[in-house]
Amino acid sequence: MSTSTAAPPKAGPPSVESLTVKVDGRAIVVPKLSPDWQGKPAPTTMIQACEAAGVTVPHYCYHPKLPVAGNCRMCLVEFGTPALGPDRKPILNPDGTLKIAKSPRPAIACATPVSPNMEIYTTTPGVKQMREGVLEFLLINHPLDCPICDQAGECKLQEYSVEYGQAASRFAEQKVHKPKQVDLGPRLILDDERCILCSRCIRFTRDIVGDDALGFVNRGSYNTLTHYPGRPFDNNYTLNTADICPVGALTSKDFRFQMRVWFLRETPSLCTSCGTGCNLLIGSREDRIYRYVPRENEAVNGCWMCDAGRLNYGWVGRRDRLTECRMRHPKGGWQVTNWPALLAAVTEKLAQAAPGSVALIASARQTNEELYLLSRLATRLGALTDAVPRPGQADHLLVCADRNPNSTGARVMGLAATPLGANLPRILEGLRSGKVKTLVVFGEDVTALGVEPALLARLDAVIVSDILPSPTTELAHYLLPGCAHAEKRGTFTNVKGRVQKFMKAVEPRGDARPEWETLTELARGLCGLGNFGGIEGLFNQMALDIPAFEGLTWSKLGDGGANLVLPIPPQP
Amino acid sequence: MIIPRRPLSLWERLYLPAVWGGFKITLRHFFKKKVTMQYPEERWTVPAGYRGAPYLVRDQDGRTKCVSCQLCEFICPPKAIRITPPGPQPNPGVGNVEKLPQEFEINMLRCIFCGYCQEVCPEEAIFLMKDYSLSGHSRAEMIYDKERLLALGGTHQDQHQKWKQKAREAAAQGIAPAPEATP
Ligand code: SF4
Ligand code: SF4
Ligand code: SF4
Ligand code: SF4
Ligand code: FES
Repeated sequence: MSTSTAAPPKAGPPSVESLTVKVDGRAIVVPKLSPDWQGKPAPTTMIQACEAAGVTVPHYCYHPKLPVAGNCRMCLVEFGTPALGPDRKPILNPDGTLKIAKSPRPAIACATPVSPNMEIYTTTPGVKQMREGVLEFLLINHPLDCPICDQAGECKLQEYSVEYGQAASRFAEQKVHKPKQVDLGPRLILDDERCILCSRCIRFTRDIVGDDALGFVNRGSYNTLTHYPGRPFDNNYTLNTADICPVGALTSKDFRFQMRVWFLRETPSLCTSCGTGCNLLIGSREDRIYRYVPRENEAVNGCWMCDAGRLNYGWVGRRDRLTECRMRHPKGGWQVTNWPALLAAVTEKLAQAAPGSVALIASARQTNEELYLLSRLATRLGALTDAVPRPGQADHLLVCADRNPNSTGARVMGLAATPLGANLPRILEGLRSGKVKTLVVFGEDVTALGVEPALLARLDAVIVSDILPSPTTELAHYLLPGCAHAEKRGTFTNVKGRVQKFMKAVEPRGDARPEWETLTELARGLCGLGNFGGIEGLFNQMALDIPAFEGLTWSKLGDGGANLVLPIPPQP
Repeated sequence: MIIPRRPLSLWERLYLPAVWGGFKITLRHFFKKKVTMQYPEERWTVPAGYRGAPYLVRDQDGRTKCVSCQLCEFICPPKAIRITPPGPQPNPGVGNVEKLPQEFEINMLRCIFCGYCQEVCPEEAIFLMKDYSLSGHSRAEMIYDKERLLALGGTHQDQHQKWKQKAREAAAQGIAPAPEATP
């Protein structure tokens, strides 16, 4: 796995902080110290130097975000260091260059620090033979389950066997069999025959999560991974072990036998389950989402994400999604309509509303762009606004106490109070007293906030946009079907003020369309705003209008996002 | 250049000799061996290696050999194959094979009988057989489902029966449970 942690080699002449090594004959300057798995400076290793030189060293047990174990031997390379004379001075070749003494023994690149003027060789016949040998040993007891193995297609054993292995097996003996289909915990299945004993999973759960739950038992060919007896492997990060397991030993129960990975289209997106905003890839095929996997972002989630967020995608494909534009008939009952008619009716209704008689309850699950447009509408209507808080329990790793993905965005746009939801009692009060006659709700169920159905029935207009049915959508006068984040593009601002964008993975259902499109048309009718020319233009306009976004543009966000310019007021 | 047409002679203008010549040829063939085939009552014996319609097979124990690896679905040039994988629910019947397609469809209107599916299959579960004339009353009828493909494919004598062998080996080494597939 590539990582962005290896500091780029410094420009200019090598200072005391850096040293020169040669990788396959090409000289490269690397820092003396590079970040280790915790980000602390540690002597730069050969594998880091090779990566900086753009040379791939195959590896199984090494992972840039885990302590080095050095047990798989896949990364063996040959190397040489400057030869020293009896006076401990480097011996020079006749042409004045350093004489290099090639080490008689190879070294594992993942755990060997580089030294000045070291030469690393990764393409010699010896290295080729060692790789073949390591793979041959890994495969002697391997079941070759590829046709039924969920890892096939993203399996390092398959990939390296093709790239560096031998074509045929010389193993005539019977293979050692181990337990298969082992129920390791609520979300994982273990196949011990496929395990190559790299210990990545053990180190992850022990050193990253702090739950020392996995270990090896027995010895030699019978060496077997297992969980602590009587205690299932169950913490909120277990599924990351399925990602880092280089083979199909650990696989997800949720994704088990659902789809082969080579059919999945990967779309960069974000987790919406809390304010951390873990980066992820949506794996989808033909408008069905099959899985989320974490996407590396050093500034947010490293390589990991929590199980709860990862498994929170089923609602996107729910059958009861709202897919129709609906208006309440004057004589009662629903009338299915189309977007132009619905938007014209909503625009007219809002234009007639007296200033101060409108309340707007937004959702901190909406994108920055949508919240921006809502804030423009709220200003025009003189509306009382707020968003709904979703408090939860934070943990020591990624999960944040704010379970909304975009509370920061809602507050920066001026839509939500600080703390989030502080305005809700005032809105409720307005509804009760009859001062508020029109209620606009985006993506929330207000009946859960204490707004009685009878109260809603009394209002002039209840305009609701949502994705899934709720008591509020049932009581709406105008229902605007919206999109899940996976069906549109947009940005969220996480709790630390990092603006990140997400892409569209699947098509919206039925007549549903992205809220930002709906809101663009409402804002055009009510506030005279122009067309923004797509989400890029809308984001850029927002960045011009909202001081905290100063200097940002859609394209500047890149894949990893960018920090807000202004410090955001902390949530009490 | 104009080539003048030669006027027909009296013998030629009579026509009868030409008609008679035709009759002679017909008569000669009348007593020869017949070459036409009474299709569809009569059919070709297709040569070995002929690539007809692809069907799924069972092994001699009646086990559906396909494990739903979806390689054929991936390789199929006209995208004629559509497989529904079994999903995570455990299926006790499949034993150590773990996987079985929930549904397997081949759209015979799309299939070009290329044989890639047979070539790519790691389980020897799909074979191009000898059927070359497929017909149906509707398009839907031409999409063959799993049951139909298995019925048409019949039994394939498996020399190795690797899954059965694996289960036996594991059981002999005391690895429990060592389920063997039940058909
Ligand atoms: S772990 Fe890799 S090599 Fe082993 S069965 Fe699975 S896909 Fe095949
Ligand atoms: S289960 Fe996977 S990650 Fe864990 S030791 Fe085995 S191969 Fe490595
Ligand atoms: S024979 Fe060719 S076209 Fe027909 S199903 Fe197989 S791979 Fe597809
Ligand atoms: S390649 Fe063979 S085993 Fe795989 S899905 Fe196709 S028929 Fe089944
Ligand atoms: S990657 Fe270096 S020993 Fe495993």
